[in-house]
Amino acid sequence: MAHVVHKAGADVSTDTIYPGRFMATVLPSETPQFCFADDKTFNTALQRQQIAPGSVIVAEQNFGCGSSREQAASTLKGHGLVVVARGFARIFLQNAINLGLRTVMCPAIEAEVGDDLEISATEVRNITTRRSFPIAPLPAARQAIIDAGGLIAYTRARLLA
Amino acid sequence: MGMTISQKILARACGLASVNVGDVVEPAVDLAMSHENAALVINQFLEIYQGTDLEPRVWDRSKIAIIFDHRVPAESAKTATNQKRVRQFVATHGITKFHDIRGDEGGICHQVLAEQGYDRPGYVITGTDSHTTSHGALGAFAFGIGATEMASVWALGRVLNVEVPGSIKVVVRGSFNERVTPKDLILHLVGRLTAQGANYKVIEFHGDAIAAMPISGRLVLTNMAVEAGATSGIVPADDETVRYLRDEAGVTDPLDLVQPDIDAVYDRVIDVDVSVLEPQIACPHTVDHVKAVGAIAGTKVDQIVIGSCTNGRIDDIEMAARVLRGRKVARGVRMLVFPASWRIYREAMKRGYLADLIDAGAVVMNPGCGCCLGIHQGALGDGEVALSTTNRNFKGRMGNPSSEVYLCSPAVAAASAATGVITDPRQGG
Repeated sequence: MAHVVHKAGADVSTDTIYPGRFMATVLPSETPQFCFADDKTFNTALQRQQIAPGSVIVAEQNFGCGSSREQAASTLKGHGLVVVARGFARIFLQNAINLGLRTVMCPAIEAEVGDDLEISATEVRNITTRRSFPIAPLPAARQAIIDAGGLIAYTRARLLA
Repeated sequence: MGMTISQKILARACGLASVNVGDVVEPAVDLAMSHENAALVINQFLEIYQGTDLEPRVWDRSKIAIIFDHRVPAESAKTATNQKRVRQFVATHGITKFHDIRGDEGGICHQVLAEQGYDRPGYVITGTDSHTTSHGALGAFAFGIGATEMASVWALGRVLNVEVPGSIKVVVRGSFNERVTPKDLILHLVGRLTAQGANYKVIEFHGDAIAAMPISGRLVLTNMAVEAGATSGIVPADDETVRYLRDEAGVTDPLDLVQPDIDAVYDRVIDVDVSVLEPQIACPHTVDHVKAVGAIAGTKVDQIVIGSCTNGRIDDIEMAARVLRGRKVARGVRMLVFPASWRIYREAMKRGYLADLIDAGAVVMNPGCGCCLGIHQGALGDGEVALSTTNRNFKGRMGNPSSEVYLCSPAVAAASAATGVITDPRQGG
C-alpha cells in the first residue's frame, strides 16, 4: 500500500522538481536535498525523512516538462518516491526509466493527498475512494531497461554481448 | 505510404528501408552534444564499465561535441572542478569537437554547433539539453536526452529505445510585418498547441514564410518547438540551408538534403498566416500562457534580457541596437545583453551594435546561457519582473521563485527597455 504525499497539477516543470540554480550539483547522492526546493513544506518533510520510501506523488498531464536535467529524476529516486501521473514529458520519462525511478502512467488517475493506493502491474486502486484506474503499459523495449535494473546495466550487458 | 522527414532520417540511421510511427528503434548517432553536464555523463559512462574487463572507450571521438556554456566563466568552485574533470576526459579520449571558455571559438552549444558546421541535414543529433531541438533548423533530426542516455550513446553509438514520433505539419504563409519576428510566430504556436500539445511528436515546418526565413530565424522556431512538448522541430533543408552551411559555416563536404515524401502522413496540419501576426508575449509562469502585446502593454519591468540560444544572434542584436540607438534605457531598468557566441559578439562589436547598446545603458555580458536559467548572472530580486528573449518563464527560472518572467522578441524587449514598461515595438521609436 502506498500513501499519496503530494499532489501536482498539469505541466509541472523540471524547474519545479529541481530548480536550475542547483544544477551544479549532479551526483545522485547529493541531488535529493534540493527535491521540490521551492516548496518549503514538502522539501522540509523530505529532508527530515518524514516521508516514507514508496510514497506517491500524484500528478496530471505532462509531469517533468522542460529541461533534460537528470537531477529531476535522481532527486525523486533518492527519496524513494513513486510518481503516478496522467502523463509524462518525454525526456523526464526516459530519464526515470533509465535511472529506475518508478513512474506509473495512469491516464485517468484521481487521488488526493492522504489517500492510500495499491499499484499492481495493470491498475492503480485508490483504496480510500474504492476506485480503480488502468495503467498504460510501456513499450516492451522500455520494460527491458527496467527489468535489467536501469540503462547502465542494460548498456553494460549490450557491450558484453 | 510516404514518410515524414523524421521517419526518413531515422530509417537511414537504423539501416532500414522504412520505419513506421510508433516503432521502437535504435538509430545510430551522427553527433552527440553535451555542455557542463558532460561531468555527469562521464560519471555514468565510467559506471557502465564497472566490474567488466573492458576499457572505457567512446565509440567515436569525432562525433562527440562538448561546449561549455551554462556557467561560464565558472560561478563556483564546484562548477570549476566539474569543468576541469571534463577537460581531462576530453584530453584522455581525444574528443575533437570541444569548445572551452574561449573568445575565439566559444559560445552557447546550440549556436556553436550550427556556426561551426557540425550540424548537417539528415543527421541524427542528440544532446543533453532539451533545446537540442534547435538543430532541426539545419534539416537534422535532433532531440534532447538525459545524461545516462548520453553515457549509453558514448558507449554504443546508438540511442536505445527511440519511439518513431508522429509529426505535426505547420505551414507558415505570408510576410512578417515590421518588428514582428520568428519569435512571435513560435510564441503564437506554443500558445495555440499548449505546453503538451506536441508531446512525443515532431513539428515539421513548411510554407513560403519558412522558405523566405534565414537560418537565424528557423533556429528560433526549432529551438522552442520543445516548449510545446515536441521531441523535435525540423525544417527540411533547402537553398538557404545550403547557403548557410557553405557561406557561414564553411562546410565543403557533400550534403544530403533529405526531404519528406510528398505523400507523407501527418497527425495534424496547422496553417499560420504571419501577415496578420502581432508581437506576442508569454506571461508567467508557463510558456503557453501567450497574449498579444497589446493585452499586457504598460506592465512595469525591472530587468530586460536579450540573448540566449533562442534570440542572441546578430539579427537580434541588430534589432535591439537599431531600436535603442540614440536613446536610453529607462532609469530603474537593468538591460542585459548576452550574444549567443563569440563569433556573434565580435561581429556585433565590428558593426558598432555593442557600442550602441552600451551607450544606451545596457550591460553586455559574455556569450553563454547567462541569466536564462538562474544559475549564473542576472538573478532577480523578490517580486521583480523580467522581460526576456529567452525560452522559458517557469516559476523560479531566473533564480527567484517570487519573481516573474515574461518572454518576447528582441524588438519588444528593446522597445520596452527605453520605456521601462512592456511596449509594442510598432509604436514610435
